[in-house]
Amino acid sequence: MIAELGHFVLVLALVVALAQALVPLVFLRHEAGSETALSFATRAAYLQALLIAVSFAALTYAFVRSDFSLMVVFANSHAAKPMIYKIAGVWGNHEGSMLLWTLILAAYGAAFARTAKNLPARFSSYVMLTQGLLGSAFLSFLLFTSNPFARLLPAPFAGQGLTPILQDPALAAHPPLLYAGYVGFSMSFAFAIAALATAGEPQDGRDNNWARWMRPWILTAWIFLTLGIALGSYWAYYELGWGGFWFWDPVENASLMPWLAGTALLHSALVAETRDTLKRWTLLLAIVTFALSLSGTFLVRSGVLTSVHAFANDPERGIYILAILVGFTAGALALYAYRLPKLAPDGAFQPISREGLLLANNIFLATATVTVFVGTIYPLVLDGLGMGKISVGAPYFNAVFAPLAVPFAILLPLGPLLTWRQGHLAPLRAYLAMGAVAALLLTAILVLLRGAASIMVLALFAASFWLVLGANLDLCRKLSPHRAKLWRFWTLPSSAFSAPLAHGGLGVLMLGILAATQWREEIVVAASPGQEIDIASITLRYDGLREIDGPNYRAEQARLTYMTGQHAGRYLFPERRFYEAERSQTTEAAITTDLTGHLYAVVGETANDKRVLRIWYHPYVAFIWLGAVLMAAGGGFGLRTRLRRRA
Amino acid sequence: MIGRLLIVASLWLTPVLALDPGEALSDGALETRARALSQELRCLVCQNQSIDDSDAPLARDLRQMVRLRLVAGDSDAQIRAAVVERYGEFALFRPRLASHTAPLWAMPIVILLLGGFFGFRLMRQNTSTPPQ
Repeated sequence: MIAELGHFVLVLALVVALAQALVPLVFLRHEAGSETALSFATRAAYLQALLIAVSFAALTYAFVRSDFSLMVVFANSHAAKPMIYKIAGVWGNHEGSMLLWTLILAAYGAAFARTAKNLPARFSSYVMLTQGLLGSAFLSFLLFTSNPFARLLPAPFAGQGLTPILQDPALAAHPPLLYAGYVGFSMSFAFAIAALATAGEPQDGRDNNWARWMRPWILTAWIFLTLGIALGSYWAYYELGWGGFWFWDPVENASLMPWLAGTALLHSALVAETRDTLKRWTLLLAIVTFALSLSGTFLVRSGVLTSVHAFANDPERGIYILAILVGFTAGALALYAYRLPKLAPDGAFQPISREGLLLANNIFLATATVTVFVGTIYPLVLDGLGMGKISVGAPYFNAVFAPLAVPFAILLPLGPLLTWRQGHLAPLRAYLAMGAVAALLLTAILVLLRGAASIMVLALFAASFWLVLGANLDLCRKLSPHRAKLWRFWTLPSSAFSAPLAHGGLGVLMLGILAATQWREEIVVAASPGQEIDIASITLRYDGLREIDGPNYRAEQARLTYMTGQHAGRYLFPERRFYEAERSQTTEAAITTDLTGHLYAVVGETANDKRVLRIWYHPYVAFIWLGAVLMAAGGGFGLRTRLRRRA
Repeated sequence: MIGRLLIVASLWLTPVLALDPGEALSDGALETRARALSQELRCLVCQNQSIDDSDAPLARDLRQMVRLRLVAGDSDAQIRAAVVERYGEFALFRPRLASHTAPLWAMPIVILLLGGFFGFRLMRQNTSTPPQ
């Protein structure tokens, strides 16, 4: 009954979304109809969000009650599963995750509806009707190809369970964060459509400064996507059993592309807002970023990226997905081409200026985006053309990204230091020289401590140090007049922290990647109880194995004791878990987390009455996720500035 | 009991566990080369893993082959060629530069140059217009 209610309100939501898309279009044909269009769209947006929320609640209820008469619950849940995984399991499958997607889309729509009155009515109406159109597309995709409320009668007694690798607290947060990021870029897309539709029209006597209006939404989406990707990387790190944090897997690449394009958009919108230039490029980026978000979620969902054959398995879903993707992208690009002449021409530009460096930033980020895109689809295209099967993996991407990262990191700190229009490097010379010397010194110290490395690795280290230091030069400069009063630090406006945190965070992330890949240590032994193992100047003792029972699994748990160092006397408990309902196993690594490095222990199979143990030392690996969190925090400060300025 | 269950389970889903004890070469320099090479070679029966990351039997065989050839004095290029000969280019995670992979390798440079060209043009075009 509850499930039928959920299904019914989802159909109603589709009707409301269609009305939100079409009715304002009728009113907007006349200048005087703008207010009516807006008030209609606002109400529709609230109602649509409410209906989808009810539907989502109904599906959650079915998962909590383990109602196996629902197909998705039967295929993806089990009565013996802990409650957190029953709830998070709602989006641990195709149908439920698509419902979450539409819920987040509608939530963004409702959030915009709250502030829509602050913008010109005509502009806001176009944003909301675009959101309505997107909502209709996804809701019909859900209802016609991926109905989460499909029944299975007679209802089976037990469910098939959730893939054990997904039974992790990260499942509760990773997909919602990632989707909040992907879907957030639907807002900048809708703003771009509205900007194109109203191009050249005066807006209630106000400037049509869409770039300024768009920025908080880009920032919001970017923060979520940054955190979502970082959490996914951390999850893979501790769950997949050896401590890899990025695999250049097609699924990961699909999330990296909108992130790279979104980062470019964030910066080009800044130029478009302040300097009245790069407007066309910004609009194009807004469209492309959302198109990449769409292909990210949907191509992964349909399985096209991991295997070309997934299309054949479920042609209906695949074709629907493709239609949505092509429809919105092609439609937006057509509108772009048609309205381009109406946009005001771009303003003056100097190479040594903040906008000049932001342009350089965009060129690098666009190159990175295209590289990931081409690297991901090239094997598919080549295979499709019958020109042979090739693989494009981590070694390719590392080889291309390393030389791109060095100049990018060197230029990055300069942007915030220069002024708009015409910047001057001369007054900054002392600061820059200090930063450069410090970065080279730190790199030299590394060589002394850790031995020589390739030129590329050294260049990357130096560039990363420079980035961390250089990003904070701006902060130093702002503080230097108050040298005696360090507490002034807290009185600086939040905008002053935004770029230093975000750029410095990238430097920290790069240092983490370099340290973890360059200095990783690994040992594989077949150990008998009592045996001692040495790794990274730590001595561990293998104590033996025992069997334990978890809530819905059984496990073999090994115990290792720290014999030396600051953790002496502490234990490590790596496990191999067996999930009966799902008939599969996972390895649970035991990890000691220090800022300077992680000790990562995994228990393997039996070999001649001994137990295979694999132990890694991952130096400074935590810097990777720390850097990502710093970047998101930088975004947060930027957003805070925005919201305050508006209030 | 649980041991038997685990054997059954491992047929369903094999977790990622590389390298077995005793597999590594005692010669440090050769072992470093072996690891670097292994990370560039794709495990053909796995989802998206290098032979260094996979514990599939095929990956183990390939790792042993790489090490045997290294000990025999083969160069990295010779080993890659041998792998391609047996399993095709699909086994290389870093595609070799050839006519059909040239666009892949050229693309980043082309985009960077194009971006630079348009960026430069934008600046020249605008600086030549007199300031208001």
